[in-house]
Amino acid sequence: MQSEILAIIYLLASVTFIVGLKMLSSPATARKGNLIAAGGMVTAIAGTIFLYRDEEGNALHNYGWIFGGLLIGSVIGVLAAKKVKMTAMPEMVSLFNGMGGACAALISISEYLDWHLVAQFALIDESWQSVVVSHRATLLVIILGCFIGSVSFAGSVVAWGKLKSKIKDYSFKGQHFLNLGVLLIIMVASLLFVFIMPLNAYLFLLIFVAALIYGILFVLPIGGADMPVVISLLNSFTGVAAACGGFLYNNKVMLTGGILVGAAGTLLTILMCRAMNRSLRNVLIGSFGGTASAAGGQQQAGGSYKEINITDAAMVMGYAHKIIVVPGYGLAVAQAQHVCQELEELLEEKGVEVKYAIHPVAGRMPGHMNVLLAEADVPYDKLLEMEQANEEFKSADVVLVLGANDVVNPAAKHDKTSPIYGMPILEVEDAKLVIVNKRSMKPGYAGIENELFFKPKTSMLFGDAKGVLQKLVTEVKSL
Amino acid sequence: MQNVLHWISQHEQYIYIVVLMIFLGIEVIGRVPSVLHTPLMSGANAIHGVVIIGAIIVMGKAEHDNYMAIVLGFLAVILGTLNVVGGFVVTDRMLEMFKKKK
Repeated sequence: MQSEILAIIYLLASVTFIVGLKMLSSPATARKGNLIAAGGMVTAIAGTIFLYRDEEGNALHNYGWIFGGLLIGSVIGVLAAKKVKMTAMPEMVSLFNGMGGACAALISISEYLDWHLVAQFALIDESWQSVVVSHRATLLVIILGCFIGSVSFAGSVVAWGKLKSKIKDYSFKGQHFLNLGVLLIIMVASLLFVFIMPLNAYLFLLIFVAALIYGILFVLPIGGADMPVVISLLNSFTGVAAACGGFLYNNKVMLTGGILVGAAGTLLTILMCRAMNRSLRNVLIGSFGGTASAAGGQQQAGGSYKEINITDAAMVMGYAHKIIVVPGYGLAVAQAQHVCQELEELLEEKGVEVKYAIHPVAGRMPGHMNVLLAEADVPYDKLLEMEQANEEFKSADVVLVLGANDVVNPAAKHDKTSPIYGMPILEVEDAKLVIVNKRSMKPGYAGIENELFFKPKTSMLFGDAKGVLQKLVTEVKSL
Repeated sequence: MQNVLHWISQHEQYIYIVVLMIFLGIEVIGRVPSVLHTPLMSGANAIHGVVIIGAIIVMGKAEHDNYMAIVLGFLAVILGTLNVVGGFVVTDRMLEMFKKKK
């Protein structure tokens, strides 16, 4: 009876995941979709705790431990999720993803230990060998779950460290061969573990440790600008790892949820790559902004640039007809989205048309900038997507680039040696005047020089985005 | 070989689910506007937290004297809960901001 009810609960939960994901892909229903999926999840968890029966019909025990774990996890999870700044969102998602990966790996480890225990007791009995042999596929799933979960965990932690700038990009010669080597070791060890020496403890340990190392090596050389792609990829990895758990426990909701996320995550990864006009292979193999390629971009940049002071900038903007703001990560770091919105309102009162041009990968995750501007109450219809924006730049008097760099770098269009060659950019040069706000002349996140700063149309406005915008607001008010 | 075939026929339903879910996963988010990429990634991240169910089963099955299993299970439950709860709350926080304006 209990098992039947649980099966129905799992079915309903699976449906909420699908519906939730579907609703998440449309702005009007997104929030409700998230809540529906969350509701399905809570029901599935509660159902598992109280209604789960194993093959012999035994209920679960250790309720104290289960509820203790749920409580600790919930408290930390809610606090972390509520306290995190909107700008630190990618790091947070990466970290939560790593936790899921670790959870999947732990499940596989614990399942392995179970098998190991049974095998030890049955040593006297010849039949255990044949039992293990007939469960080769299960062993394979255990290894797969352990491997993918560990890679996802280690990789997510490195990605988190990179976004927090605690871990620097690190690449050396022959890195790809080392990665391939580690992968090969894992594959050979897995085959041995499943076919030749089933349940060998050393092999299992080797696979686990090698998977962690692989996760680290896998993310380490990938540049900061490509981190969103990596997080999305690791996200789909964790989905597959969760699905492995579905096979282990014949659990359909784990399978549905895991594979759904695995597939959707993979597509999302590809969509992100497409937005940057890079192939996934390119992202994973070529270390973005690496030493060799960045040098190519640096050669022809340089020269002299023009500075503009706050008063002049305010004057130009106050008397313009149409201004397009290009926000970048610098704006987000400075928490300047609110001041930016204030400036926008002030200019609108003066009859200036203000719009925002959002590059698909502005910020550190696709759509990240939209979230930040929404936080500052900027209406939807003021946000232009890249294609629209590139049309409108032609009729704009002033383009104000706030802490964006690589997404407006013209080298992407003509310099074949540049690491970002081929990435679609915002063609701000089409406007009559470009004002670029940056903290200094240092190259941006991807480590590439930007020749836009040295163009005759461009004026540099140095300073922290927030400070500069506040001064602009005061100046524009006094016009 | 026979083992593999046996396993496949035994898990036929599950393999159907995997195949269908792959197509469904791709279809369902196929038309997502780039505005929603971040919340979608975060929401999907919360959904794979369904791995928590495996953790609960591990924890709930552990014998009282099997400390290794208890420790592993307990850790897995905490980590899984973090993934689920943190994931959904963060996603909701992001989407709340979109909701404010019409």
